[in-house]
Amino acid sequence: MNSVKTKSHEPLIRVVKKPEMPTSKAVILRIASFVLAIAVGGLFILAIGHNPFEVYKEMIMGCFRSKIALQGTVKIIVPLLITSLGVTLAYKMKFWNIGAEGQMLMGGIFASYFALFQSDMPHWALLTVSFLAGCIGGAIWGIIPAFFKVKFGTNETLFTLMLNYIALYVIDFLRHETWRDPGARGFPKIASFASNARIGAVFDLQGGWVISLIMVVAVFVLLKYTKFGYEISVVGESQPTARYAGMNVKKVVILTMALSGAICGSAGMIKAMGSDYTLTLGLADGVGFTAIIVAWLAQLNPFVILLITVFFSIIEKGSGVIQSTFNISVFTSDVLQGIILFFIIASEFFTRYSFAFRKGGKSK
Amino acid sequence: MTMFINFLYAAITSGTPLMFGTLGEIITEKTGNLNLGVEGMMAIGAIAGFYVGYTTNSVILAVIASFIAGIFAALIYAFLTVTLKANQNVTGLTLTIFGVGLANFLGDFIRTAAGETTLQLSTEFTAKLATYKIPLLGDIPYIGHLLFDHNPFVYFGVIICIIAGIYVKYTRAGLNMRAVGENPAAADAAGININFVKYFNVLLGGGICGIGGAYISLVLCGGVWTQSCIDGLGWIAVALVIFANWNPFACILGSFVFGAFRVLKFYVPKDVITIPDAIFDMLPFLITAIVLVITSIRKSKERSQPAGCGVNYFREER
Repeated sequence: MNSVKTKSHEPLIRVVKKPEMPTSKAVILRIASFVLAIAVGGLFILAIGHNPFEVYKEMIMGCFRSKIALQGTVKIIVPLLITSLGVTLAYKMKFWNIGAEGQMLMGGIFASYFALFQSDMPHWALLTVSFLAGCIGGAIWGIIPAFFKVKFGTNETLFTLMLNYIALYVIDFLRHETWRDPGARGFPKIASFASNARIGAVFDLQGGWVISLIMVVAVFVLLKYTKFGYEISVVGESQPTARYAGMNVKKVVILTMALSGAICGSAGMIKAMGSDYTLTLGLADGVGFTAIIVAWLAQLNPFVILLITVFFSIIEKGSGVIQSTFNISVFTSDVLQGIILFFIIASEFFTRYSFAFRKGGKSK
Repeated sequence: MTMFINFLYAAITSGTPLMFGTLGEIITEKTGNLNLGVEGMMAIGAIAGFYVGYTTNSVILAVIASFIAGIFAALIYAFLTVTLKANQNVTGLTLTIFGVGLANFLGDFIRTAAGETTLQLSTEFTAKLATYKIPLLGDIPYIGHLLFDHNPFVYFGVIICIIAGIYVKYTRAGLNMRAVGENPAAADAAGININFVKYFNVLLGGGICGIGGAYISLVLCGGVWTQSCIDGLGWIAVALVIFANWNPFACILGSFVFGAFRVLKFYVPKDVITIPDAIFDMLPFLITAIVLVITSIRKSKERSQPAGCGVNYFREER
């Protein structure tokens, strides 16, 4: 490296910080980047030999055109929405939790115990108990990394990643051993839930949507109007400030992660008892990771999370539709999602910084 | 004894893709960037390597293609996090979703375009990836078969780990890279070109991850293109970085230890002890979690993530 020079040159392009952008301008910027992303996604569709307008139209239509289509879309929306709300609390506190997958799985496991073995309870009692069990399962999986973080400073990103896999193999263990369905002729799987242990429909759609909308409002109120919500954001901004103000930082971190995990756990319960009707390894299926992206794109605003979740779910569901209509690979959705995300991630830069070009070759 | 040698041999074979993935991520993290996109970069490397191997029948071209594909994948990440200062976690996760999706998509696309039901490498090609016994050394009883009778990827992986170890620990460029990873502001003040160091190492790391992907698609999957063939190995590699203590030399042994965990269930005699497979599969993750906790309790500076990891550097903001 010979970069130690005595003469200083101003680089041709450099990054400078901008004063904070007004919200309206930032929103316009994000929408513009979104439109650009859709256009680039369209080029991608064109490149594989299809008409982007038709494909996009089919994607959207395929999500809403019939009752069955709409039911399918809602089943994708609900777990993603709830999990995104769950991780929002952790990220508000700048706790880099990538363990939502594991928290969902744990919630699913705890709830499944009741769905499988206590299914003769009255329907509403069973659903309530399972829901609470799901919350507790997720909360435990959230408290563990939080505890080690406040106690020893253990890196939460890597630790929560490990917990995801541990939870996954707990399910793998259960389906091979203790909870194995003897009726499945040797195939390792867990039995389907009795109809009493399934979440029914509200207005023809899986009942989870009611809970998820309540949670949107609840998380919004919690973050915006309660003391606890305020504590979360202060701890997130600066732990020394929080300590100086007399907050019990350790308690806030552990409580927040318990709540965050509990919400994610309830998403696992709703997915298992409202869509899958059994417990499988595919319970979380990447939703916990997508949720992080949703929460971050929405700038941790619960109502924007709702919007973005619906959008992501349309892409997800729509790619199944275009597969059957146009014979396009079902993995197109992942590619499109990736392209759109990269654009929006990139646009974030321009809300905070801008490029400055060297003026007339003068160096100072 | 033969059983035990066979077990260790299988551990080396199944640990090799982890060696590439882990080494790539070590180099990336050493420069202060936590790239959670290893899974995606490996997937892109896997399809690139497979496609070139499929069409050209050349192992060398396949490896080069996977390396270049890995670099391109890492370039997306580097541009977003280094130049545009985007959140590293979010960018890495997106890269994983995008990379795995792109690889699966291309797999489908190539298969449909070729009009085949499965994509299969030629026997001529797979023959080139058979084991090569090293003369003399390979004839030592037991040890010879265990250490000197492998497919070319295994030797290649060990060699680049050693080269990378020397690069990270004993060269000027490696020192600069560690300085950038630990304290970018100080490195900047010392006149190191932060962006260059970051780009160079993130891209290098991505390329190495790509080769790991090619090993999976060309060797482990038996010559047939398999959708989602990386199947979590990229995430294990991220975990293994901790286990290997951010040290490329330890990465060799660490990969084989994790490889051993992956195949252990096939070699434990079922009549002696019966442990469910799921517990064996859980072990690597459980142990990594414990290692993580223990190192944080001991608070040893030697055994921890580079301090600048996860935080983007901006000169005007410190």
